[in-house]
Amino acid sequence: MTDTVNVTGVTKSYGKVPAVIDVTCSLKEGETIALVGHNGAGKTTLIKLMLGLIRPDSGMVRVLGEDPAAGQFAARRRLGYLPENVSFNMALTGRETLSFYARLKRVPLDTVGALLERVGLAGAADRRVGTYSKGMRQRLGLAQALLGRPRVLLLDEPTTGLDPALRHSFYEIVAELRADGATVLLSSHALTELEGKADRVVIVNRGAKIADGTIEELRQIAKLPTRIRVRLAECEAGKVDDWIGRTGAWKRINGHVLEIDAEPSEKISLLRSAASTDAPVVDLDVAPPSLDELYAHFLGAEEAPQ
Amino acid sequence: MMNILIVARKEIQEGLRNRWVLATTLLLAALALTLTFLGSAPTGTVGAGALDVVIVSLSSLTIFLVPLIALLISHDAIVGEMERGTMLLLLSYPIGRWQVIMGKFIGHLAILSFATLFGYGAAAAAMAATGVPIDTASWTAFASMILSSILLGAVFIAIGYLVSALVAERGTAGGIAIGVWLLCVLIYDMALLGVLVVDQGRTIGGGLLSALLLANPTDAYRLLNLGSESVGALSGMGGVADNAALGPAALIAALVAWALAPLAAAAMVFARREL
Repeated sequence: MTDTVNVTGVTKSYGKVPAVIDVTCSLKEGETIALVGHNGAGKTTLIKLMLGLIRPDSGMVRVLGEDPAAGQFAARRRLGYLPENVSFNMALTGRETLSFYARLKRVPLDTVGALLERVGLAGAADRRVGTYSKGMRQRLGLAQALLGRPRVLLLDEPTTGLDPALRHSFYEIVAELRADGATVLLSSHALTELEGKADRVVIVNRGAKIADGTIEELRQIAKLPTRIRVRLAECEAGKVDDWIGRTGAWKRINGHVLEIDAEPSEKISLLRSAASTDAPVVDLDVAPPSLDELYAHFLGAEEAPQ
Repeated sequence: MMNILIVARKEIQEGLRNRWVLATTLLLAALALTLTFLGSAPTGTVGAGALDVVIVSLSSLTIFLVPLIALLISHDAIVGEMERGTMLLLLSYPIGRWQVIMGKFIGHLAILSFATLFGYGAAAAAMAATGVPIDTASWTAFASMILSSILLGAVFIAIGYLVSALVAERGTAGGIAIGVWLLCVLIYDMALLGVLVVDQGRTIGGGLLSALLLANPTDAYRLLNLGSESVGALSGMGGVADNAALGPAALIAALVAWALAPLAAAAMVFARREL
């Protein structure tokens, strides 16, 4: 797979406030990447750098082989962008607005109707944008980002304000784009929502990249314990204590529920012992570390040395 | 070029939709018709052509109204779109920033031209319909009055863009726009008049007076329309025009320069602005 976006050693400050510090990352064709960080971590600045709306103080940005800030617009025609809190002129209708953006991208106007249908706005196409709900405006924003079969999509907090059903159809569209070979960058301040949606996660904090990898890779790096919880069978207390003594440091939650945080290395042996015939166990739950815990771990690891 | 026209078209579309075009055209037409019929009473005694009286009235109206309308349309053009967030999206498209400004300029100028042409045209049409005899020279003066009114509008649209590109907030742009209007339309002339009265012609000669009149676009417009021939005699501007010794060519050139310089400055400031 070839790289569609390359960011190399990029630093950008607004006045004395550093927004992005020495970030290097590359996005590949057909890849969906989650860009995760707190509000103000530098996600939007990174996206603006990729769009060429601002210039880096140092370092290099290449999008589809071009410097996006150089004033060459060939790459921008194959780029879709959905800003955070997208807004449109209230006086024009959805169709007029989308036609305007289609003209700017030199996309045939007969695709506008189909695109509005794809994001579920066909019924409201000839109403003024001013009458749209937040979710409808977000969908119109998505429609303009999809104009002209873009190769790179930069979506800044795309699902804020969408209800669960719309969120679902939004991720369906993202999956179609991925299948079509487009690079999709989704920024978000919550990692949980992106589970199963993103091939790779890039975590930024205070302008610096602190993690980059698939969710599995991040789990391995973080070595977060898996939580195992067992429900005990009715039996004499001594047998339970005996079993606990042989297996490990179980915590008692209440009379008949035990819990343990298992390191990745001891997970299997713990599970074996809990599932063996002599263990006084009737039920067993295994909860791998949640993405939020994973995210908190990386943020915590970053904060600790300071 | 294509991009400029696409943006211009959208501005016109928006202007039609949010009633800017309708409101300004009706306002100008209503005022022009009022002035025409109120102003036609004294023509018999003054001995000037009926249309000449209208030109004097409408020029005075233009000096107050057209800069105000132009600034109202334009002061919001850049800072407003930035605040609403629409500029961010627009600039992520394959379009240069100068193309955005030029497109908006053409669009806004088209709206203002339409309003002026049809608003003032209504007055001339009404006059012609009532059967008042109008000679060719008056028609020419009337046409040049409309064209120079549009040019004056272009000047203030460009100034409005410059203000809009410089400031960080919409409110500031609005305040500065009103300040510019007051300065050019009222304060400058009063101050100039005061200085001339105090000076009694001792230090301020014709050359300096010309320069001072060209330094304010509304004065250049005033001289262009009120200073010549029969209209000049009627408006009382003839004396000033003779002293200043400025031909129509110099006045038009000054107005064009007053439109192009702020427009270029606005494009430069906007190009360097961080989003």
